[in-house]
Amino acid sequence: MTLTESRPTTTGSQLVVEDPDLHAFRVHRSTMTAPEIFDEELRSVFAHSWLYVGHESEIPNPGDYVRRPVGGRPLFMVRGAKSGQVHVFHNTCTHRGAVVCRRDAGNSKVFQCFYHAWTFDSEGSLVGVPGDDAYVDNIDKSALGLASVARMESYRGFVFASFDPDIVDLTTYLAGAREYLDLVIDGADGQLQIIKGTQEYGMQANWKLLVENSIDGYHASSTHDTYFKYLLSLGTDLSVGVSGVTKDLGNGHAVLEYKAPWGRPVAKWEPLFGDAAKPEIEALRAELVEKYGEERAARMADYNRNMLIYPNLVINDIMAVTVRTFMPTGPAGTAITAWEAVPADELPEVRQRRLDSFLTFLGPGGFATPDDIEALESCQQGFASGGVEWNDISRGMGRAPQATDEEQMRAFWRRWRDQMGGAR
Amino acid sequence: MTLLAGEMATVTRAEVEDFLYHEAELLDEWRLDEWLELYTDDARYVIPATDDPAGNPGQDLVLIDDDRLRMMARVERLNSRKAHREYPHSNVCHQVTNVRLGVADGGELPVRANFTVWRFRGGRETSYVGKYYYTLVRNEVGLRIRSKRVVLDLTALRPASDVAIIL
Repeated sequence: MTLTESRPTTTGSQLVVEDPDLHAFRVHRSTMTAPEIFDEELRSVFAHSWLYVGHESEIPNPGDYVRRPVGGRPLFMVRGAKSGQVHVFHNTCTHRGAVVCRRDAGNSKVFQCFYHAWTFDSEGSLVGVPGDDAYVDNIDKSALGLASVARMESYRGFVFASFDPDIVDLTTYLAGAREYLDLVIDGADGQLQIIKGTQEYGMQANWKLLVENSIDGYHASSTHDTYFKYLLSLGTDLSVGVSGVTKDLGNGHAVLEYKAPWGRPVAKWEPLFGDAAKPEIEALRAELVEKYGEERAARMADYNRNMLIYPNLVINDIMAVTVRTFMPTGPAGTAITAWEAVPADELPEVRQRRLDSFLTFLGPGGFATPDDIEALESCQQGFASGGVEWNDISRGMGRAPQATDEEQMRAFWRRWRDQMGGAR
Repeated sequence: MTLLAGEMATVTRAEVEDFLYHEAELLDEWRLDEWLELYTDDARYVIPATDDPAGNPGQDLVLIDDDRLRMMARVERLNSRKAHREYPHSNVCHQVTNVRLGVADGGELPVRANFTVWRFRGGRETSYVGKYYYTLVRNEVGLRIRSKRVVLDLTALRPASDVAIIL
């Protein structure tokens, strides 16, 4: 099959080709470069998935709100002052369109459109229309409240929205990813909280390259040599390497679960944390054993998880817990937003260790993330060079998938292929 | 290092400007080992998140929170060929303006300045704009930096992608 560069197909089954007998899995590079495919993704993938909006802990008080671009659309999430319920609204006045929420975060009882001063309360109800006697048939304010997003659901604090009114409920959608979300939330004793400070960065590369990279165990030792050298200089034992398994969690979600040299604030000590922290971290681990038993506690304390929730949410429970979502701005541009999740009642010294652990690896100023960005932009530049039509994603096919294999990426690509083929 | 307390009140703006221009020159020329020597042993280099400029690196997520040890690791990384984002190095130009001296207190002098840092690499141009907040001290050699807090005016880091260079 030949695909010309000028008129690429957008049909998933022609772009993602799998042959289990030959242990072959190929993805056509036009998936990363073609404007037609990007347009189709907005219609077929982002308009028919559950997309992460934010975490309930970001809006703890009545009237608290945050603005969020979700699936490329500016929305805002607000906790109703009367009901205490979380709402997700389209950020547009029902009169003639101007945005009604004009700051990125804050607290407000009302959202007033500055254009003609129509006023909405934090439950979305239209409560004020200047000069409403001009509507001779009486204006029906109840029909002109802020538009809620078609579907909104929260799973233990993680708020998702969908633009598809007919999408399956969130728990069904999450499938096997639910158990892994539970591991993160239970590791915080059920009180997970997003802390202040957002890392808003970007890259000039296709968003699906970041999907692959976020759950890629194979690149760690080659791409992140300087990070491992840093750990080594602190006295970390690198001999454990990256070892574990990868799993297809259904519906395009996937996880990589593995042991790695770095420490975990809950609860695996390493030299970066300092000797004084050793007894505390051991105590945290003992608590987990008491609450959840040795087997589950060992997973929570010793194992790292890089999880993709299809299509664009990554929750990495690694040297710290990061919640990362990203949205394409075009075939070769991605806006990335990352937060840090912590147990709400964490002691200040544990929090400090967690932040240290986060920042040395993660984020646009860390010792690793910039090199990931470089790798993904480098792939994008390589695609432009042409001469090679397909990416090979077959690593580990035909054996029980290991942490450095690519089964987790295949799980994503299969769901992407099906959605681009019309599956909802 | 012996800090010479009580002498900061006599430091002039011209002296501080010369010192900051020297730092900018070392960064522009990628003389990072010499750049490190401008900092005290208890130094901090912090860049808060773009949505939380007052962020406290002890509680909040920031972009960079380096103590001396991590500054050394950052320099070692950037000097190697394996800091892929900065191999080869970008052409960088640190421009420091609007230098204002605060009131010296206990041997420390607060200084604020505006900056623009230009970064050019592989045909791409990015810029960082914001304010520097320094705490300067003096030892037997001259002025030294105890703290540098870089507050970005960018509302998000997206156009610049990352902060792999030193601002």
